[in-house]
Amino acid sequence: MSVLPCLAQIPESPAAAVLFYLFAAISVASAIGVVATRNIVRTALCLLFALVGVAGLYFLLHAEFLAAVQLVVYAGGTLILIVFGVMLTSKSPFSRFQPKTIEVVVALIIGAVLLTALVAAIVQTRFADKPPVAGADLEYPVRHLGELLLGQYLLPFELASVLLLVVMIGAAYLAKARRREPEVAKEAALNEAALSQTARKWS
Amino acid sequence: MVVISLSSIPLALADGSWAAVGLHHYLILSAALFVCGLLSMLVKRNAIGILIGVELVLNAANVNLVAFNRFAHGGSSAAALLDGQVFALFVIVLAAAEAAVALAIFLNFYNNFSTIDVERARELRG
Repeated sequence: MSVLPCLAQIPESPAAAVLFYLFAAISVASAIGVVATRNIVRTALCLLFALVGVAGLYFLLHAEFLAAVQLVVYAGGTLILIVFGVMLTSKSPFSRFQPKTIEVVVALIIGAVLLTALVAAIVQTRFADKPPVAGADLEYPVRHLGELLLGQYLLPFELASVLLLVVMIGAAYLAKARRREPEVAKEAALNEAALSQTARKWS
Repeated sequence: MVVISLSSIPLALADGSWAAVGLHHYLILSAALFVCGLLSMLVKRNAIGILIGVELVLNAANVNLVAFNRFAHGGSSAAALLDGQVFALFVIVLAAAEAAVALAIFLNFYNNFSTIDVERARELRG
């Protein structure tokens, strides 16, 4: 039995459409917030809401296990990692970097052109719109996911576990605090001087 | 197929076809997320902002995978086909691993240069 039985039986119900537009608005508005805000902490917060909105979309697409994984691994794990990265790399309160105006203009032009092209291509394409099978939703899909992961996709599954081990060791090695070499330390001191000058100018 | 245009919105509201959310809606949403992630990568000068843009792009790809799995790869009533969901699962795992390694590199860079501005990352030696 599906987690959302009422939505599973009537996939095109108005309630599902309203929920789709709600989650779509949350995720797109948060994604625009990610781009627009200058403060890195607010960027991370906007990313959290975008991830939650995408998890809601997974629920509507009957990928309940994937939605749970999205909330646990992404919103719970990856985002905490990013917030820790923000805290560890911004000891000064002025961790806002102003991009150049010309860069913003060029990026906005690229984004507008790309979005127009993508939407035009999507709207003009007729996909093989197989309607979702009614009976397939009523079964518990996690069972099939488990069978696929330990059957057809066993090799990528094991490779992912090896990759996670390598990443754990590699990240611990990379993030280990090391003694600064003399000339690098000199450049770091110069950077710090420039940053404190910026801080004095702002305050 | 539902073509989204401003003039068709009142018509869709009147005859109830707005409730038919299909593959195109998810694809357009995913395109918007992708473009936002790409803009974030282009505009941000903070390295963590760039990492957040990459996460948005990966999420857009995941929405595409799951939507295609739902609407164009349904399977029979005996067994659902879930290949798209498995792909999305692997993408989530790889995104977590990528974020861990990227943050370790950023920490190392910050330890050496006391800043995380990518404009100042001009040499590989660290």
